[in-house]
Parts: sequence; structure tokens; C-alpha cells
Amino acid sequence: MPMHIGEKDFKARVSKGLQDDFMRGAVRSAQGRLQNNRANAAEELGDWEEWRTLGQQIRQHTVEHLDYYLHQLSEKVAELGGHVFFAETGEEANAYIQQVAKDKNAKKIAKSKSMVTEEISMNDALEDIGCEVIETDLGEYILQIDDHDPPSHIVAPALHKNKEQIRDVFHERLGYAKTEQPEELALFAREKLREEFLSADIGITGCNFAVAESGSFALVTNEGNARMVSTLPKTQITVMGMERIVPGWEELDIVVSLLTRAAVGQKLTSYITALTGPKQIGEADGPEEFHLVIVDNGRSRILGTEFQEALHCIRCAACINVCPVYRHVGGHAYGSIYPGPIGAVLSPLLSDYDEYKELPYASSLCGACTEVCPVKIPLHEQLIMHRRKIVEDEKKSTLSERLAMKGFEQIVQSANLYRTATKMAPFLTTPFSKNNVISKGPGPLRYWTDARDLPQPTQERFRDWFKQRSERGDSE
Amino acid sequence: MKVSFFITCLGDIFYVNAGKAAVELLERLGCEIDFPRAQTCCGQPAYNSGYRKETIEVAKHLIETFDHSEYVVGISGSCVYMIHEYVHLFEDGSEWQKRAIDLKNKTYEFTQFIVDVLGIEDVGASYQAVATYHTSCHMTRLLGVKEAPFKLLSNVKGLKLVDLPNRQDCCGFGGTFSVKMSNISEQMVDEKVSHIQETEADLLLGADGSCLMNIGGRLTRKGIPVKVKHIAEILNSRGEA
Repeated sequence: MPMHIGEKDFKARVSKGLQDDFMRGAVRSAQGRLQNNRANAAEELGDWEEWRTLGQQIRQHTVEHLDYYLHQLSEKVAELGGHVFFAETGEEANAYIQQVAKDKNAKKIAKSKSMVTEEISMNDALEDIGCEVIETDLGEYILQIDDHDPPSHIVAPALHKNKEQIRDVFHERLGYAKTEQPEELALFAREKLREEFLSADIGITGCNFAVAESGSFALVTNEGNARMVSTLPKTQITVMGMERIVPGWEELDIVVSLLTRAAVGQKLTSYITALTGPKQIGEADGPEEFHLVIVDNGRSRILGTEFQEALHCIRCAACINVCPVYRHVGGHAYGSIYPGPIGAVLSPLLSDYDEYKELPYASSLCGACTEVCPVKIPLHEQLIMHRRKIVEDEKKSTLSERLAMKGFEQIVQSANLYRTATKMAPFLTTPFSKNNVISKGPGPLRYWTDARDLPQPTQERFRDWFKQRSERGDSE
Repeated sequence: MKVSFFITCLGDIFYVNAGKAAVELLERLGCEIDFPRAQTCCGQPAYNSGYRKETIEVAKHLIETFDHSEYVVGISGSCVYMIHEYVHLFEDGSEWQKRAIDLKNKTYEFTQFIVDVLGIEDVGASYQAVATYHTSCHMTRLLGVKEAPFKLLSNVKGLKLVDLPNRQDCCGFGGTFSVKMSNISEQMVDEKVSHIQETEADLLLGADGSCLMNIGGRLTRKGIPVKVKHIAEILNSRGEA
């Protein structure tokens, strides 16, 4: 699957992440910064919970009426003289984009950040037909020149790299000779990219939100690169996941505020660009030709299921920024261009359980993700839902787990069996215990005792104490 | 006030002292405690692993066990939250769902019960120690009990409570997660342990035996001399250190 990144084996990816001290340091410091910024930006509003509720309502309404709003959007875009293409799969989307590139005889394509184009591996498809694709988002640019290192975060794709590593990449690949100061690095990239904007034949953008009522597209950046990509080249292609849409400008106002505050803790980003169709008669700027590619690629399969709320996601990455599992393993360990809690929910849906069956278990269900989601997606509950599907429908849980759960059910729904089991516990564990501590547990307990001690069950259970006490009549 | 005590499975076999302390304190605060002996586990291991059918059977057993209780008070925020979740296991409007709602409405976490139901914030405890408190995820985020433990601890004479840095972070327990993803879980608990060390407290407190078992197990494994106690043990103290 195109959205897959890194090694095939989940455990191998996790081990690699856990051993990468540079990456873990970079992720830890970025998470800390982003968490604080988000919390301050949310608090500043004073009524964040009401904003979240509003965001949830807007997303729920839009996704429930997706067919209506997509129709309205495509009619508007067509009225304005744009071309609209509905792609059921990633392949269909890529084939259409390749055709536009061929028709325009395009050699160079400048691109702003877009997760959906990562999802369908659009760059590969364009490179296959001989186009040069230039990523113009600074993070994506760094990754692209570093041998196409995959993104590890949906908002800050190069989050896993520290500034020294970025300096080295610039030095090795582009002859950069200055320091690791972010300002110097950014200035260098800016000068390089300026040439690309001016010489590109086609500009390709993603889409933060499409506005159905006017056929417009809102692009949220801090670098202004999306504005360059969408104004300089003569042909523009905008690629959107089919759920990235709002009914009108009022709703856009709310979801953009939620997005920028939740993502980076800003009231607004430096640039919020809204584009409406190709250049109209009398207008000075804008592309001469505009193509909209609406990508389904598995999304309509999610509609109407218990996972529909996953389509409410506005790609702010707040859940990723608070996730303790992500902090330790990093984005690449998820094996998907969508990492973190939302990635663990979305990846098995857009691909399948064969590829991503471990991801729903890569969570302690601490609920930090659910707590920060600006549109109130119950992320940890969706992970439990996945586990349920894996057990009930996919029958992919292990035999030992099924037997253990069956045994658990039998014991805990029977007061007698339970009493016997808890009475036996201290005797059964005695051979493994020293000074009332178990340091090397038998069977699956060894996974626990690999890292920590386990107390030995006490000879006198609470229930024994309570019973004796009641019989003695001690209670007040 | 009549209270049925819910010890939880871990409490029954690992944290007997926490249970004893909670019962003694609740009695001192005027409650009449009973212990329905048919009680077992809340079913969370099965529920969080996706075994819904098995969870339903466990839920029915606990619903029946506490059918005649006036209040149910448990000493784990996570297990109490699981009981609240029973409502979603049954079909809307069904008889079992009604019974699950009844149970939810009368089931409280220990500190929540003292503060919100009994209306007491100073239980008259005293304990000499420098302590820090671990806020459990399910209790704070899902059950929504955030302030009660701090209100109660702030009134314990002699106790100096130090803020735990990054206290919102999970300790890495997560039930079967700690076994299934043991290497990730280990990193999480290690991070928690290093934050505990930063406080220089000599006592770690919490209101959830499972988190305390996880963090405590890592502390002893690393030979770090921080004691671990359930909040009930401190609230029931009368001067001993």
C-alpha cells in the first residue's frame, strides 16, 4: 500500500524507534513545546469546550451530508471554469494528475504540503513519467532532499530531526556552509525554493478545507509557500481527501481557528490563503487552469460505520502531540504516513488489518488524545472498537488470548471460581517469589517482570479480613 | 449512609491495606459498610481487549451483585469508570441497560464519594511525609475526578505535597498494553519514575492500584527508595509516619 512506510514488521519498527536517541530527543522537545502552545491558545479563548462542541457539530453535519456538499462544491468549481475529478482510488487520482502533467508537457512541479498526496504516493507517480516534483513546505523539503525520508508527523513532517541533523543534510546535499541556527537554515531554503516557484510548470496544493458554498479552498501555512505554489505556475491542481470540506465561510472560520490553535497554538497562522477557481477575466493573479482532484481511496467505506467520526479529523495533530506512545517510538514506527492515535485509527481503515493490525494496540488507552481533539473524536474508544473488530470479525486475535479471555470470563462471572482462584494465587506464585516480590514471572507474566517487579498476592485477601472482622463485630 | 464496598480484583489480592484503610475511614465518616461477597472483577481486561461478549457476562454478574446497594464505592478510578461504561454494553432501552444505569448512578470512586457525596474535605488525617501524587488517566480524564484527591490531601496535617512534573502523562500501565507492548510500556514508566525522582518526594500516592503496581514495580526493580501507598492509607492515618 502506498501509505505504508518503513520496514514491514511492526516490532522491528518499534525497536528501531526506541533505540533512536536523536529522534526521541527531538520528538520529546517538540511535543513539550506544542503541548504548551496548544494549552495556552485554548485557554486564551476562555470557552474552549464550547468551541470544541461547535467544531464537532460542524464536522458531524458536514460528513453526514457529504454527498450534498461535494456536489455543491463541484458545481461551484465547474461554474468558475475549473475541472473536477472524483477519484475512487489513489491510482485513479494519480492517473488523472499524470495526464494533466503530460497535457501541459510539464517538467517541473512545485508542491505545497499535502497528506493525501503522500497517502496515494503521487510524487512517485509523477516522477515515473519524468517530472521533477519539488516539495516547498520546509519540513517536506528537508525530507525530500534527505533521500525521501518519510514524514513522521502530519503537521511537522520532519519533527524527528533536530537542527544539527538538518544542517548536515543541507551541507551534504546542497553545499550549505552556515550554522544550525533555524533562521539561517530557513533563509537558505527560502532562496533555493524561490527559484523553483518561478520555474515550475504546475503547482500542486493540498487542501485544509474546501468551502462548498463558494467553491473555494483554504490553505493554512506559516511559510506562505502554498500561496506561491497557487499563484505562480500557470496550471494548478488541488488534491483533497473527500471529507475535507465545510459548508460555508462561517464554518470555515470556526474550524480554521480550532485547527491553528490545536495544531501549533497560534490564533492564526502567518498565511491563510483562500483560492477560488482559476484566474477570472480582469484578475491579475492566479492560475490559468485549475483542476480539483477529490480522493475517496477508502473513505466512503468508512461512512455509515462505527468509525465515521474518524472522518471528522481536521489533521491538526494535537492527538499526536500529546501521545506518550508516539513520544517514545516516533512517527515512523507506525509504518503509516498517518501516525499517532489518529493514524492508529485511520490506517487500518484506509488500508486493512493485515497491514496495520498492531496499531490499535499501540496505545495504553490513556485518553489524552480524546481529551485534546478539537472536534471531539473519541479516539481511544475507536481504538477499542478496532480491537473488537479484530477479535470478532477478523478473528485475528491469538488463540492464547482467546483462551485467556474465555477463562477470565468463566472465572469472574462465578463468585465461587473467583474466590478459589484468588485464594490459590499466593500459593501458585510462591515458587517465583522472593521477599514477597516476583522478579521473574512465569508465562505471560514474564513480559511484566521483564521491566518491573510484581508484588506477591497476599495470603490474607481483603475479603478474608472483612469477613473475620464482621464475624468479630469490629465495625463501628 | 449504607455503602457497599467494591475492592476490585487487584485490591482484593494485592492491596489489602488500601481496602482496610478505606473501610475504616468510611466507617469513621459515618458510613455503614457491607461487602457483597459475590463481587469479582469489573471486566476491564476483556473490554479493553475488544472482547465485548465476555465483558457483558462479567457486567451482568456485577450488576446483580450490587443490585440492592444504596451506594457502591470503589477504590480504583479506572474500575469505577468501567462500571459506568456498562451502560454502553447493552441495547438502548433494554432492562439490562436500565439496571446498568442504576448501578452507574450509585457508583463512586472513593475520594469522589467523600468529597461530592459526604461533602467532607478534611477527614482529620495526619501523616508526616513529603509526597507526590500520580493522577491516573481513567480517573481524571474519563471519570472526570480531578480535584477530590487534592482537596483531601491538602488537609492532611504534616503532609507536604509536591507537584509531579508532567503529571498528565500516562504511567504506561494500560492493562494488557503493559504485557503486549512491554518495551513501550517500560519507557513510559521509566519516564514517570524519573519525574517522581525530580520531586525528591519519599512517598508516591495514587488512587488507582493498577498504576501504583506498575510504577511501584519499576521503582523496586530500579532500587529507588520511594514508598508507594494508596491515598486511602494516608487519609486513614492518625499521626504515624
